[in-house]
Amino acid sequence: MTASTVDLLYSETEEELRSAVRSLLADRCDPASVLARAETGDPYDPALSRTLGADIGAAGLLVPEKLGGAGAGHREAAVVLEELGRAVAPVPYLTGSVLAVEILLGCDTESPDVAALLREIAGGRRTCVPAVPLTLAPGAPLPRPVHDVGGGRLTGTLTSVADAAAADVLLVLADTGLHVVPAASATLTAAVPLDLTRPLATVTLDAAPGTRLADAATARAALAGALIGAAGLLASEQLGIAEWCLTETVTHLRARHQFNRPVGSFQALKHRLARLWLDVASARAAARAAADALATGAADAPLTVAVAQAHCSGVAVRAAEECVQLHGGIGMTWEHPAHLYLKRAKADSLALGTAGHHRGLVADFAELPAP
Amino acid sequence: MTATVMTAEHLLARVRDLLAAHPPATTPRADFLRARFDAGLAWVHFPEGLGGLDAPRALQAVVDAELEAAGAPDNDPRRIGIGLGMAAPTILAYGTDEQKRRFLRPLWLGEEVWCQLFSEPGAGSDLAALATRAVRDEEGGDWVVDGQKVWTSSAHTARWAILIARTDPTLPKHQGITYFLCDMHAPGVEVRPLRQITGEAEFNEVFLTGVRIPDTHRLGAVGQGWAVARTTLMNERVAIGGMRVPREGGMIAPVAATWRERPALRTHALHQRLLELWVEAEVARLTGERLRQQLAAGRPGPEGSGMKLTFARLNQEISALEVELLAEEGLLYEDWTLRRPEIVDFTGRDAGYRYLRAKGNSIEGGTSEILLNIVAERVLGLPTEPRDDKDTPWKDLLR
Ligand SMILES: Cc1cc2nc3c(=O)[nH]c(=O)nc-3n(C[C@H](O)[C@H](O)[C@H](O)COP(=O)(O)OP(=O)(O)OC[C@H]3O[C@@H](n4cnc5c(N)ncnc54)[C@H](O)[C@@H]3O)c2cc1C
Repeated sequence: MTASTVDLLYSETEEELRSAVRSLLADRCDPASVLARAETGDPYDPALSRTLGADIGAAGLLVPEKLGGAGAGHREAAVVLEELGRAVAPVPYLTGSVLAVEILLGCDTESPDVAALLREIAGGRRTCVPAVPLTLAPGAPLPRPVHDVGGGRLTGTLTSVADAAAADVLLVLADTGLHVVPAASATLTAAVPLDLTRPLATVTLDAAPGTRLADAATARAALAGALIGAAGLLASEQLGIAEWCLTETVTHLRARHQFNRPVGSFQALKHRLARLWLDVASARAAARAAADALATGAADAPLTVAVAQAHCSGVAVRAAEECVQLHGGIGMTWEHPAHLYLKRAKADSLALGTAGHHRGLVADFAELPAP
Repeated sequence: MTATVMTAEHLLARVRDLLAAHPPATTPRADFLRARFDAGLAWVHFPEGLGGLDAPRALQAVVDAELEAAGAPDNDPRRIGIGLGMAAPTILAYGTDEQKRRFLRPLWLGEEVWCQLFSEPGAGSDLAALATRAVRDEEGGDWVVDGQKVWTSSAHTARWAILIARTDPTLPKHQGITYFLCDMHAPGVEVRPLRQITGEAEFNEVFLTGVRIPDTHRLGAVGQGWAVARTTLMNERVAIGGMRVPREGGMIAPVAATWRERPALRTHALHQRLLELWVEAEVARLTGERLRQQLAAGRPGPEGSGMKLTFARLNQEISALEVELLAEEGLLYEDWTLRRPEIVDFTGRDAGYRYLRAKGNSIEGGTSEILLNIVAERVLGLPTEPRDDKDTPWKDLLR
């Protein structure tokens, strides 16, 4: 079981992309405004999404150039997700620019409907979100498809669909294949989400008109593959969350004085933060490995993704929990952004498969079978 | 030559010349190693004439891989780890030309093994509190050393030692220290085996009684020993993590093999732990790989300070799991006879040995607690704890 050579560093282009995304988010997506928007129940900032997607070109990173994309890849998209995680940005990027694009790329891209949709996504002109539960995991049984009642009219209910409210069109897995459905012809019932920055909805289709993009077998294979890609990139979002939590906590503990000294000079806390730093450093290696393996189409990519998910979920949650605890009373307040990170981190640990699910995948890939 | 930047191609050309002139298959091991040293391919970042070529340090890996592929013998770095990892970089940084010429070649060739006479019964983590005295003899100019060192690995095989001793007890503890190169065969050096939890005596107590060290074997200025020692300690901690391991290399390998080969031992609880540790070992491997790539790109990251901590914890958890997995066999131990091994070797030993020996990983070379302090202060910039021993003369400290 040899591991392929991976490139775990960031290239100069990737660092440039990072600073563009970071400065956009610093200007337009500070924690106070994220919270203010979330409180309205409509956390999305379509203008921010447009700038990120179209002006910076992040929407088309995974789309090949001949389909109007940037022809970049998973390594670049991972950097964007790191920054989005660091800002708990409420933009439908993981769902719309990663999962949806991966599914479409798994279909026949020569087909005019698929190609047209990819072009619109890449240009930032359309937000397309897959109507699947956020918890759907690679390797897990796919959800029961909605029913094609004839003529591409779809009927069925899908729960815990992330970012449906931000979508122009939905990708729906029906018994007759993959369909694209205008969001306007579906009924969305917003749920109250644990993570305020990634809203969930129940999507109800009642003979909603869909355009078929792929047959059932192709659709299922495309979705299965796309879940691996999205899970791999989610690790980078989790890295970004963990990094913000660590940095904020260090800053706070250096400034906060109790017992006539900075709280951060107490060894019990120094050791906790040093351990957290180790976790973050290792999460970076794991997340980068997953992004690189996906980018190069490495044969061991599914294993590398499972390793990254098994590891990074826990690191993000631990970092957010430590952030709340070590901020003391402030950490429990609604005003301080720590809770946004905790909620995102915890929700992310369920998204696209739990750490336990991914360890099960590791058992398969590494041939370490259960008793 | 010194002015030009050595590239991988230059080095590979030199490796090919070396292999052509001294085919490994027909050249005696010692002759090959001497030729390799003299060709500057021992440690390529060292200066010319001292086993190197002033090349970037990261290129050593290129040379090593090429030589290994050609079946060339290595200088058994595990046997001479203290010399290579600690004595050599310190001698290079602080030694006189004469000292460098005298010591570096036999050190690299493994003809002279080194040990580290730092820790004392009263000075472990707080190494600067050490009490071993070195007093200048008025007539000969020699130093006369008295004191006791402890936990000294390889003292029984060593020809030379790096030694720190107190030369001025009236100064604060970090100041009155001087660094020496000590002849382990000198009269007054007594090495006594110190048996450890594995049953072996891999380390020793060393008693120094009226040991004479000529002033030419002093490293760095009188009273500057702490600065010199910091170079040694820094090198001690970065020595780890730079090497490349394959997936499922290291401690996880025997456990995974046992799991696959002996289904009867499998339980659900052990399966969960095995998978958790397998993932952590893989992530640690990737973190080490990332560190290596950063170094090779000339952008060293702080990850190095953490690798020792990670490996210590992983080695301990994995070896503990291994003993449990073996069930009844885990109750057995291969051999409690007191032995004095030349090297520490985790492979080819039983799980009980690995479990016990791994306990040292979080103590030797700086405890995990001390390393966490270092990460917190140097990497994260957290404040130091208030301390009152910095300005007090050593002789007035509580010990
Ligand atoms: C296998 C092995 C090989 C060794 N080989 C050598 C060798 O070749 N040469 C040599 O010179 N030494 C050697 N050592 C010694 C080693 O460097 C010391 O054991 C180590 O630095 C710890 O010192 P100590 O044993 O005196 O523990 P102490 O310093 O007494 O520590 C006791 C406990 O207190 C903790 N502690 C101490 N200070 C602090 C602090 N400030 N904050 C929090 N916790 C603290 C420690 O982490 C430890 O848990 C070896 C040790 C081992 C186990």
